[in-house]
Parts: sequence; C-alpha cells; structure tokens
Amino acid sequence: MAGIGIRDVVKRYGDTKVIHGVSIDVADGEFIVIVGPSGCGKSTLLRMVAGLEEITGGEVAIDGRVVNRLEPKDRNIAMVFQNYALYPHMSVYDNMAYGLKIAGLSKDAIRERVDKAARMLQLEPYLDRKPRQLSGGQRQRVAMGRCIVREPAAFLFDEPLSNLDAKLRVQMRLEIKQLQRSLGTTALYVTHDQVEAMTLADRLVVMNGGVAEQIDTPMNVYLHPATTFVAGFIGSPAMNFMPGRLGGDGRAITLDTGAPLRALPEPIVGHGGEKPVTIGVRPEHLALVGQPEAELTLRARVVETLGADTLVHGVLLDKDAAIVPVAGEGGEVLAARLPGNVTVREGDTLPLRVAEGALHVFDRETGRRLADV
Amino acid sequence: MVENRPFLTVLRHVVLLAGVAIVLFPVWVAFVASTHPQPTLLSGVAPLWPGDRLVENYSQLLSAGMAQAGGTPVGLMLFNSFVMALLIATGKIAVSLISAFAIVYFRFPFRMIAFWIIFLTLMLPVEVRILPTFEVVADLGMLNSYAGLTIPLIASATATFLFRQFYLTVPDQLAEAARMDGAGPMRFFFDILVPLSRTNIAAIFVIMFLFGWNQYLWPLLVTTDESFTTIVMGIYRMVNVSDEQPQWHLVMATATLALLPPVAVVLVMQRLFVKGLVETEK
Repeated sequence: MAGIGIRDVVKRYGDTKVIHGVSIDVADGEFIVIVGPSGCGKSTLLRMVAGLEEITGGEVAIDGRVVNRLEPKDRNIAMVFQNYALYPHMSVYDNMAYGLKIAGLSKDAIRERVDKAARMLQLEPYLDRKPRQLSGGQRQRVAMGRCIVREPAAFLFDEPLSNLDAKLRVQMRLEIKQLQRSLGTTALYVTHDQVEAMTLADRLVVMNGGVAEQIDTPMNVYLHPATTFVAGFIGSPAMNFMPGRLGGDGRAITLDTGAPLRALPEPIVGHGGEKPVTIGVRPEHLALVGQPEAELTLRARVVETLGADTLVHGVLLDKDAAIVPVAGEGGEVLAARLPGNVTVREGDTLPLRVAEGALHVFDRETGRRLADV
Repeated sequence: MVENRPFLTVLRHVVLLAGVAIVLFPVWVAFVASTHPQPTLLSGVAPLWPGDRLVENYSQLLSAGMAQAGGTPVGLMLFNSFVMALLIATGKIAVSLISAFAIVYFRFPFRMIAFWIIFLTLMLPVEVRILPTFEVVADLGMLNSYAGLTIPLIASATATFLFRQFYLTVPDQLAEAARMDGAGPMRFFFDILVPLSRTNIAAIFVIMFLFGWNQYLWPLLVTTDESFTTIVMGIYRMVNVSDEQPQWHLVMATATLALLPPVAVVLVMQRLFVKGLVETEK
C-alpha cells in the first residue's frame, strides 16, 4: 500500500496539449475521484498513472518511486476498465489467476488468493463460468477480483460503472467503497458522474480542459467551489448564476437588477475597487420567504413535483416586475428546489431568500471564487 | 415466412429436392461407375445402380494403382494430397496470424508499406508467377519434396486480411488489461488472441484445405517423382493413358476417393464453425 504522487504532469499529442500540468498528492489508503466532463483529460491522466500512456512531462511516483519509465506490470497497480476487459475465453478463475500465473506464483498461492478474492466478492459459485455467462454486476466483480488478487499498491478505476443500469450502479458503488475501505488500498477513480464522485471520494479532483480546477473533499467542493466551472458541474440541478457587481468598498454586492444583496463581512483582500462579478446560488439554497425579507423574486415558468421536493424553473424579476436576463445553464431560467409540501403554480411570483453562507461570489473575468456569504 | 399454404410448402420442397438431385447425380454416377467392371462402362449404356466390383476395384487402386498410369497406389496419392493440403492450410494460418498481429498491434517503420505489399500478393497467385517461382524452387533444390509443393503456396494475403479485420474488432482494452497483467506481446498473442481467433481459424482452415487439395498445376510442375503424385494429378494421368481405353471404373473410384477427405474436413470443421458462430464471445 502506498501513496501516489502526480507532479506537474503534462500530456501532449503532437502539438496538442491535453493535460496542462496537473499535480495531485494521494495519501496512502485515500480514495481520490477524478471527475470532469468528457474530453477533460481525466482518463488520459489515469492511463498515464497506469503506464498505458506515455508521460510527456512531469512525474508520477507510486510509493515514493518515480515510475515514468516503468512498464504497467512493474508499477504495482491494478486497473478496472470501463468495459471490464475480461478475457472472454477464460473462466472467471483463470481471468483472476492470469496475472498471477505470469508473475510466476505457485499454483497453491494462486488458488489461495483467488479463493480469498472470490469469497470477498461472492463469486465462489461462478469460478468455472465464462464471462459471457455472467450478469453485468458479476462481470464488474470479476474485474475487481482480478485487481484484488494482485494485492497492488493502488487500484485504478476507469469509469467502471458506466455500463451498468442505474440500480446496479448504486449497489456496485457501495460495494466498491466498502471493499476499498476494508482493504485500505489507495484508489484513483475516474468518472463523469457527479453522484459517484461525491459519494465515493475522500477527496475530489474536478478537471476541466486538462487542468485540475479544484482538489478538495466533496463537501468543500460543494460548499466552496473554487471556480464557476466547478460550481456549475457539481450539484444537480446546476447552480444558478446571475450577473452582479462588487462595490468599491470590496464588500457590497449588487445584482445587475439593482437589488442589493447582502454585504460581505470583510472586504475581499486586494479587491481593486468596483468590478463585475458572477453570483452563484444553488437551487436547494433558495427558500420561500415573506416579501420584506426577499432577496430575489422569481416568476415560475415550469414546476416539477418530485414528491420530496418541488423544482421550480422561473425567470428573475426586478423590482418593477420586468424580466432580468441572467447567464445560467438554462439561459434566462433559474431553478429553485423547494420542499415538496409547497404548492406552486406556473405564473406565481415567488419571493426567495438565499441561505446563510450559500451565496457564492466569483470574479466574472477569471471565474475564480472571491467569497461565500 | 409466416405464410402457411400447403401448395407452397410442396413447391418449396420440390425445388429443393431438384437442386439436391442436380448436385448429387454426377457424384452418384461416379460412385456407381466405380463399382462395375470396365466392359460394362464401355458398352454405351451407363449403369444407374451399383455393380458387384466395389471391393475389387477399390482394393486394387489403393494397393497397386493403375498400371497404365504409372502404377502409383492411390493410397499414396491420397496421402500426398492430404499432407500437401494440411501443410498449406496450417502454414497459411500460422503465417497469417502472426503477420496480421504485427500489422495491427505494432507501430513499426513502413508498417503501411508492409501491409500494402501483403495486399499486392493478392494479385499474384501462383499461376501468374509460375515461372519465376519454379526457378526459385528449383534453385533451392526443392523439386520433388513436400517443401517445394507447399511453401510457394503458403504466403496468403486473404487470410492475413481476415485476421487483421478480426483483430481490429478485439477491444483495445483487452490488450491493455493483458499488459497490466504483465503479459508481453507474444504471451498476449498466444494466450488471448489465438484462442479468440479459434472460429476464424476453423473457417480459414476449411477454405485453405480445399484450396490445397485442389491444386493441380503447381504439383504437376514441381514433382516428377511418382512418389509425390497427388490425387488430382493422378486422376488426370489415368484419363489420358496412351494407346488404350481409359479404365473408367478405376478413374471413377479414384474420383470418389478424392472426394472423401475434403468432405470430412468440411463436416468436422463445420461443427466448430457453427458452434463458434452461436457462442459469440468478446
């Protein structure tokens, strides 16, 4: 068992740079999830750690040993692939034993390790079957078993659950988490699914365009997103963004509607006077209040009742009840997640207030976080 | 078809049976002719039912052959043909498997050129390059040997192509998984790629075995020694005996015998082939 050090890793295909210097320090036994939209370079990064992709620049160290030039098998790691990549002509037992056979372990040692892994994964009744006779979840377990038997320093997962149906995905997610906990093996997990990312990770790496935008615990990423990209990517429905201004004193925040929002308790250090900002509010942090306390007014356009919650999609109104254009994911539409017992009809005007500490202020030019109030 | 009209069912069967009859009738005639003595066949009326000379005709052929055509025993000819077809089929498969592996899985200089050169050989079958190939084989002292009979026929673009197409459908992740498991290229090839190609190998074996079995021109050129006569050559030699009536009963018996090994190969391999088609793996 060991940590993984990724230092300033760069990947270039010819003239195209796809990874622009990513650094992640993975502690021993930590579960790190790399999440991002497709094409952000997360799989490439993982494959560089695995040794399937050459490292253009920077360093990857496993257990304190730089492995840039080592073959995958010499890196003491194991990988679960997206489509499992089980050997179709081999039985479950042989699939798990193959790597050990090549490593030259004795027959008894192989049997012992495979049996142990099979017990752990409840695969014992299937050891003689071929992969095609197994269900998706079972194949997934075999792929895990193939990793476990090698007793590696780290597990690498490349979107392992994306081929499963929704229900099984939840179940396998739990199993992976439990397994990793009980083995205490370091894990690097790539996914584009934010629920998987939030639930599995000890720490989350949010990647975009070949850059790690934020590396932090899931709750910190959720509560204090470092950039507008992270804020918009993590959370469902996505965060609402509205244009606003930071006052010259570095404290006052005004919506472009003219409505003043709450002021920051302390001026932002080095704020450099008045500047345009992006204000972010998560739909779940909006609460229905009386008109006097309202910070935002929404006119409901579409109401989705989900049972536990009611999702309201509406447009932002200024004090004269005119529609204010905002730059959110859905164009002008903002979303609010209200409790399920609130009755809202389309066309209703809703006075809303943002929860304490849930108002995120981002620099509009750089997209970086300035403050949360 | 969900249609269920008795008339159509009958018609379908009549058409199918007619087709079967057209294909099988010559084979039947050959077999029947091989069971009669020579005079019956020369009388002008071809018999339609087997005669009484089955055992004599065949045992004479297998042990002594036909004196007028060199007297090579047909058993030896069958053996020669079988060895030649087997060597050509296995040789082709071995060479094609490995060359397709090189082309698909390795990035080496002039890879595409190598591929196109292999492709070009499709346009150069033995019949086209027969003189230069004969010259080479003769200079290498391979006349009158199994090596001379088979090696020039082994290089095969068709099979290489087929295997290349198959390898391209094998997911890359399988190769990567093997690499993670510590398998080198040759281990990956033997442990994973070859077992996965099993059904393709069976199909190509059938085709290439028949190709090898039916060779006529090339064996005729490179063998002069009677002990290397193949069955296809043998039949022709029997028909073209000089100064005598062709021994049709023996010719037909030889033809019938020549038919059996290819039929056996097709029957045996077809099972594997169909099994492979039913159990799709990957």
